[in-house]
Amino acid sequence: MKKSRFSRIVFFLTLIFLFMPLIVLVVYAFNESKNMSWTGFSLVWFQRLFTASRSIWRAFWNSILIALSSAATATAIGTLGAIGINWYSFKLKKYVQTISLLPLILPEIIIGVSMLIFFVGAGLHLGLLRIYIAHTTFNLPFVLLVLMSRLDEFDFSIIEAARDLGAREHQTLLKVIIPMAMPGIISAFLIAVTMSLEDFVITSFVSGPGSSTLPVHIYSMIRTGVSPVVNALSVVLLGGTAGLVFLMRPFFKYITHE
Amino acid sequence: MKKNYGSIYTLPMAFWVTLFFLVPVLIVFLYSFLERGEHGGVVWIFSLNAYRDMLSPTFIHILGITLFISLLSTALTLLIALPCGYYMARSRRKSLYLFLIIIPFLTNFLIRIYAWQAILGNSGFLNNLLMRLGLIDNYIQFLYNEWAVIIVLVYSYLPYAILPLYSTIEKFDFSLLEAARDLGASHPASILRVMIPNIRSGIISAVLFTFIPTFGAYAVPKLVGGGRNSFMLGNLIADEILVNRNWPFASATSILITLVTTAAMGLYVFANKSAARAAQRKRI
Repeated sequence: MKKSRFSRIVFFLTLIFLFMPLIVLVVYAFNESKNMSWTGFSLVWFQRLFTASRSIWRAFWNSILIALSSAATATAIGTLGAIGINWYSFKLKKYVQTISLLPLILPEIIIGVSMLIFFVGAGLHLGLLRIYIAHTTFNLPFVLLVLMSRLDEFDFSIIEAARDLGAREHQTLLKVIIPMAMPGIISAFLIAVTMSLEDFVITSFVSGPGSSTLPVHIYSMIRTGVSPVVNALSVVLLGGTAGLVFLMRPFFKYITHE
Repeated sequence: MKKNYGSIYTLPMAFWVTLFFLVPVLIVFLYSFLERGEHGGVVWIFSLNAYRDMLSPTFIHILGITLFISLLSTALTLLIALPCGYYMARSRRKSLYLFLIIIPFLTNFLIRIYAWQAILGNSGFLNNLLMRLGLIDNYIQFLYNEWAVIIVLVYSYLPYAILPLYSTIEKFDFSLLEAARDLGASHPASILRVMIPNIRSGIISAVLFTFIPTFGAYAVPKLVGGGRNSFMLGNLIADEILVNRNWPFASATSILITLVTTAAMGLYVFANKSAARAAQRKRI
């Protein structure tokens, strides 16, 4: 075992490096003082988060609304797209496939800037609508990738069998393809929700004043310095994420076992 | 028959990405060749001014800083991620370790940056700790320079490098290392000359997954950087759009980043293809 001593040391140091910021964050959420020196245990920042931070919660609900709607749109459009690309040949197929995956490789700032310029040119001023369109766009490639690899796994002869037995195209789609692709559809939707909740750069470019998502709001809070309310918020978000992951275990099992 | 359905299935997606992705990118390309408007926007006169502005010493400096920060972060990330991936792939607790690597990334990106502000700030955790230990009398400014940006970038993209490395190293046949050692190679030599060439595709993915986002970084230098030496191309674009209102210049800079990114991606595809060809040759 001598041979992997170096890599073991690096690995455990890396774990410390990855976890230390989060531990500091959580511990200091319970600190009485506003500064980073420990003065005593207190829940004052949580109290402030839940009673005196209405704008945070408005941004939070905006985030949820955008995440669910853009993920749903991207999943619907992307699933149909993956079916078309995987099983049919048609004109411009190469074009559709390339252009749909391209947003994945460009840095976020490029997508943010080009969408901002586009929205200004198109005279579209509604902040939430802009964010919804932007999020759906950057979510599409992820949905497409997940669904394409999912569809690759199953047997095309099942679909041919459905057709031979007289199923119309829409019946094949609704009763055979979509049920079979369901684990892929669910995981694509979950990935899209996560990406949407996580995005800051693109959103900050396209959102106008008055419509912010949670990351954009957090940015405006931390730009001016350390605020323990953000610590309290991150504890709540961490707890919420852990709780959701726990509650969704059956879903994950369903996705990975199928 | 088949042909029609394929277009119908992909029509909504093709429409969406064409309108909301391709058209905006083409507009940016077009704008980069126009004259700047007085209060933002453009004047419809053909001009190469935006590209000429790229020859200014200020721009060259920003480009150099961006390359320095993104290349150094990528190199550091790779140096840390390689042993980590190796250790994880050889251990018996693979899924636990994978889970541990992913956990920190269940928190929001901005909250992770904030955590570093809280640690490295002038009255932050680290300065408090050092003062309490009596090692320093006055605070040290860790934040708001290029090194803080590099630390946070490495932190942000480390898992994106560890995961592809782990998955290629896991597929690597470790008996090859034993064979090399039986034939007299030292441990470092066997790693360098036998393992590294075999996990090339994982290394290339790790490099790309870190280089592309760090080259286009915006939020990290904005929040933990400061001064001339951590102002990157991403910050320049934002400033030109929102502050200086020079849209053609912002567009031209965006086109530059797009070209560098696409070139990196092209190299990746090329390297993968030649690796596949080499593997095929070996099999024959």
